[in-house]
Amino acid sequence: MNNETLASRRQRSTTICAYVFLIPVIALMVIFLFYPIVQTFINSFTSWNGISANKTFNGLYNWNKLIHDGDFWKAFLNNIKIMVLSLVIQMPIGILLATFLDTGGRKYNFFKIIWFLPLLMSSVAVGYLFHYVLATNGGIISGISQLFGGGVVDLLGSQKLALYAVIGVICWQFIPFYMVYYMAGYSSISEDLYEAAAIDGSTRTQYIWRIALPMLIPTIKSAVVMSVVGSLKYFDLVYVMTNGGPGTSTELMATYMYKNSFVTYNMGYGSAIAAGMFILITAIATIIMRVMNSGGDD
Amino acid sequence: MVSGKKKSHVGWIIAVILAIFWLLVAFVPFMFMVLTGFKEKLEVILGGALAFPKSFYLDNYLSIITDLSFWNYFKNSVIVLVLALFFLLLFAAFAAYPLSRFQFKGRGFMYFLIVACMSIPIHVTMIPVFQMSISTHLYDTIWILIPTAVAFAMPISVFIMTGFMQGIPKELEESADIDGCGRYKRFFRIILPLSTPGLSTLAIYNGVNIWNEFIFAFTLTQSEKNRTLPLALWNYQGQYSSNTAMIMACLTLSVLPMIIMFSILQDKLVKGMMAGAVKG
Repeated sequence: MNNETLASRRQRSTTICAYVFLIPVIALMVIFLFYPIVQTFINSFTSWNGISANKTFNGLYNWNKLIHDGDFWKAFLNNIKIMVLSLVIQMPIGILLATFLDTGGRKYNFFKIIWFLPLLMSSVAVGYLFHYVLATNGGIISGISQLFGGGVVDLLGSQKLALYAVIGVICWQFIPFYMVYYMAGYSSISEDLYEAAAIDGSTRTQYIWRIALPMLIPTIKSAVVMSVVGSLKYFDLVYVMTNGGPGTSTELMATYMYKNSFVTYNMGYGSAIAAGMFILITAIATIIMRVMNSGGDD
Repeated sequence: MVSGKKKSHVGWIIAVILAIFWLLVAFVPFMFMVLTGFKEKLEVILGGALAFPKSFYLDNYLSIITDLSFWNYFKNSVIVLVLALFFLLLFAAFAAYPLSRFQFKGRGFMYFLIVACMSIPIHVTMIPVFQMSISTHLYDTIWILIPTAVAFAMPISVFIMTGFMQGIPKELEESADIDGCGRYKRFFRIILPLSTPGLSTLAIYNGVNIWNEFIFAFTLTQSEKNRTLPLALWNYQGQYSSNTAMIMACLTLSVLPMIIMFSILQDKLVKGMMAGAVKG
């Protein structure tokens, strides 16, 4: 027996062992991710109510309908608005809060605890809470407005403003997440760097602008990708808070898909929406990642 | 901290003022929720939104706590959480072990495949999963919520765990190898015990998400007795939609376990969330 066969035999047993350990994960992903995705695409070419076995092939009918469906594109546009405003609002505030905590140190732990609170609530709870916070009757915003002699403010009842109210709530919920995210980024920057900068006579402000923030760029990039993907698939919060209304003013791709599939039981078309959503999200995420990676050499 | 000395004072004061402003933004809705829960139905309408309750009216909380169906939701949530976390952590550790420490054919591809799944929107799988739950007769049972929770939390968990296991020194395993300890044994005897810190952050990160899961619980279960706590809110909302105080009491109770956990674990929880956040 020469060395080579021994080595290759050992290599083979390593490979077998590796796949034995991977079996449960592979099985779960095939059953709950890969197979359903393929099945959704297949269903998108059928007319089907989801309950009967009666699934009839109808070619590109659903896709054609989707492409000409004004409501779907309105929903997509709403997702895009959420995406853009989330980036513009959440990223800077998240960075500011994290910078504050990083600069302030342990003394300001109290701030961290309170700021963190929204992250503990489920999206459903946040949705309901703000349904009442923003209510005209006994809500906070209207209460404050009345206190200063103004009238009631019906944010969620207004076709124009409802989406922005929803975006505000989304920011309230997710800013702590990005705060924690950037804190993680800051904590990976060595304290030595600050000390070295301080010895060279740099102030804290200079340190933040010239050293810490540039080093945070990779973290910011991945936060942007997460925020984009998250914005395009929002569901829970909007579903319970406005249910897409008033009218279609806060309808999102995911709520539209849900309503078609599980409220009106038009699962063929629902599948087409889901598949369309999948394609759009993948495309946008890919573009964003390309843009990000071409921006720097990391 | 070294930071104190060289901060410019005016700048810092402005920063603190802004920080306090954000403190109010984050906290006032919470205060509204907890305080309103202590009000009587009419008091909510007549008194101001942020007024202190006249007397701490306990009936809202009491009527939820003494309601058996609330405890049933709670029980379902706990069962799903415990079982899902157990399998999630075990399987994630299984997968992370070879991915982080073996050289084998297809390793790069497997890793890519798992990590790429992190951005899949749940909705694209919903209808087929719904179908599967019906054909396996798991529809409208809490048991279907366990594999779905495990499967959807798996990609990010494997990602975090792989990163963690890469940090365990190779020498420990090599010496065990020389002593004739096989790969499977090494995993259970050496790697798994050494991964406890990683597993606990993973448990915290996923625990919060599983506890709050809504969409699958909503589509895959139907009867009240088989639903989890986030759906309790849904049902109470249907029942008491005009009784703001009652809903707020219910919301407060649903957040309470998380707040208690947070006050015990605090930094660990933040670190757990940070572990979920660190990805390249």
